[in-house]
Amino acid sequence: MEQAVNILFNGLSLSSIILLTSLGLAITFGVMRVINMAHGEFVMIGAYTTYVVQQVFTQFLPSAIGSLYYFVSIFAAFGVAFLLGSLLEKFVISRLYGREIDSLLATWGISLILQQAARSIFGTQGVNVNAPSFLSGGISFGDCTFSYNRVFIILLVSLCMVAVWFVMYKSNFGRQMRAVMQNRPMAQCMGINSRRVDNLTFAMGSGFAGVAGCSVALLGSIDSTVGQSYIVNSFMAVVLGGVGNLIGTVIGSGIIGISSIFTENYTSSTIAKAVVLLIVIVFLQKRPQGLFVIKSRNLD
Amino acid sequence: MNLKKTLLTTLAAGALTAGIFGCGGEEEKSQATVKVGLLHSLTGPMAISEKAVRDAEVLAIEQINAAGGVLGKKIIFVEEDGASEPATFATKAEKLVDIEKVATVFGCWTSSSRKAVKPIFEEYKSLLWYPVQYEGMEASPNIVYTGAAPNQQIVPAIEYLIEKGYKKFFLLGSDYVFPRTANMIINAQAKAAGISVVGEEYADMDQTDFAAIISKIEVAKPDVIVNTLNGTGNVSFFKQMSEKNYTSKEYMTMSFSIAEEEVSTIGPSILKGHLVSWNYYQTTKTPENDVFVAAYKAKFGSNRVTSDPAEAAYDAVYLWAEAVKKAGSFAVDSVLSVIRSGSVEFTAPEGKVVIDGKNQHLSKPVRIGEVAEDGLIHEVFATPAPVSPDPYLTTYDWAVKAGLQPLN
Repeated sequence: MEQAVNILFNGLSLSSIILLTSLGLAITFGVMRVINMAHGEFVMIGAYTTYVVQQVFTQFLPSAIGSLYYFVSIFAAFGVAFLLGSLLEKFVISRLYGREIDSLLATWGISLILQQAARSIFGTQGVNVNAPSFLSGGISFGDCTFSYNRVFIILLVSLCMVAVWFVMYKSNFGRQMRAVMQNRPMAQCMGINSRRVDNLTFAMGSGFAGVAGCSVALLGSIDSTVGQSYIVNSFMAVVLGGVGNLIGTVIGSGIIGISSIFTENYTSSTIAKAVVLLIVIVFLQKRPQGLFVIKSRNLD
Repeated sequence: MNLKKTLLTTLAAGALTAGIFGCGGEEEKSQATVKVGLLHSLTGPMAISEKAVRDAEVLAIEQINAAGGVLGKKIIFVEEDGASEPATFATKAEKLVDIEKVATVFGCWTSSSRKAVKPIFEEYKSLLWYPVQYEGMEASPNIVYTGAAPNQQIVPAIEYLIEKGYKKFFLLGSDYVFPRTANMIINAQAKAAGISVVGEEYADMDQTDFAAIISKIEVAKPDVIVNTLNGTGNVSFFKQMSEKNYTSKEYMTMSFSIAEEEVSTIGPSILKGHLVSWNYYQTTKTPENDVFVAAYKAKFGSNRVTSDPAEAAYDAVYLWAEAVKKAGSFAVDSVLSVIRSGSVEFTAPEGKVVIDGKNQHLSKPVRIGEVAEDGLIHEVFATPAPVSPDPYLTTYDWAVKAGLQPLN
């Protein structure tokens, strides 16, 4: 029983981290069809932003409000990643729409540049973010301990989900965005500035990667390659869920997270990785379009 | 026309003369210097650990140069980045010995990187100084091992744990050759002592989520975790243990790859009270160590700490210089024959170390330490005399009986 609860909680926690890193991808890759190899680096940028905010707080502000740094850093991480994402879209991605291979190579190059930039600025050694005091430790029920960190990450990802859902499906901007992605010429005819929509959409996806970085900073050390360890799982979650579908990404992350923890519990972490990959491959053989498919009249 | 020709001739002659002088200058320079190679991971998951080792080597080179160099020559170094990838280590090692023609190389940390470069040093009959404790079961004629062999770190640490009454071991390591071999040795040693090993787990080098492994530890309920994780995995593991309120009281750990450098990255408050096993700590009390620590902090900043691998790397450079002086030559053959005579020694920060002529490892003292709140490690046990290296554990009955073999 305890073990089952543990597996469920750990699986949920891993899923929430995968989901947080895939939310941005669900937008940039899922909606815009841009294969952004630098997505993991936006996660890294978010993590380093958290570190910088923490340093600023401990240096210049009284320790009484020290723990508040984390809330500031969530917004700062979103802001910095949003801004850089917007710049990346404006100067690189926007020139490569419709040329998937080119944008794949270009964004891969950018990912290398960003990694080197991080090394030049922060050094090659990993840096460490201390969890704010209200997140240290955990709450115990019998033999099961749920760490506040992970409970917080689950809450954070739920909030982000609601935010993305609201923007995509309830706001005027979201309506414009979906219109542009489904039928660009028609949307343009209706007076929508599609360049602006593209730019903001991509920036928003990058911003959520930044928030993901903020949460992975709590779990381990931050170095220039931190984004790389999450990127593969995120792409798998988006593809498994069905490209272009938010609910699909949520369920895809859940399947990958829980099956990975479940397998690892009975075997080893290396075998768990292989098993998860196998599940995804077999599934996509049966259903190449993923779990959910968007019905569209667009013939593309 | 004529003027133009003259001008051209003059220019050409000028360029030629400059060329000759230029060459002459360089020739002179290469005669007054000797080139060595440094090969460590400056990027990737191992950079956290290897940077300090590289810095200690640079410090030793500068100190030797300031004292007049070796055989009248100043040491200059060529540096390559192994990027935490064994394949990259191999390419860069070949570049250093074949193209740069360095006199010797100081490098590597992980055993997989050492195993990747070993055939290259053997093929080119070159010399590598390897500064990190490792799993043993190796003695290449072209490598000098200045870190601990298993009988100078792992075996005494397990003996210490047994003596302190720990009875249920959980073995946790990164998934590569050092932790797997170390655990093979520990399994054999535990079996002979009647200790039960209640779990054995390996994490990928870039693993960031240890939740499943921690659940397995909770189920197995060991009284000590024998930790051979390397690199950033240590940060994630200990952070996630402390998330669940586990300290050294609930689960004691004995680590083989956590030194002062790693303690400062992970956070002393998390590691307080945990045990480690090395040959040297920043707190080791010798006059040589006071000088070493002061010089290291003066060069790299007062917030930096010295550690066992850094100290072993520092020793490596001095031992090489000593061997060269004794041989009267930089040629690898002559240096190696001096080393094999067993007469190369150095009064190191950890105490006097001597290169064993037979297996090219060092005899060195063993120290068990406990992490303190200030981020330093304090000795809780030390062997009374230096321990001779025994990389194949041929002097231990249980090891011979278990028929330990190197893993590939």
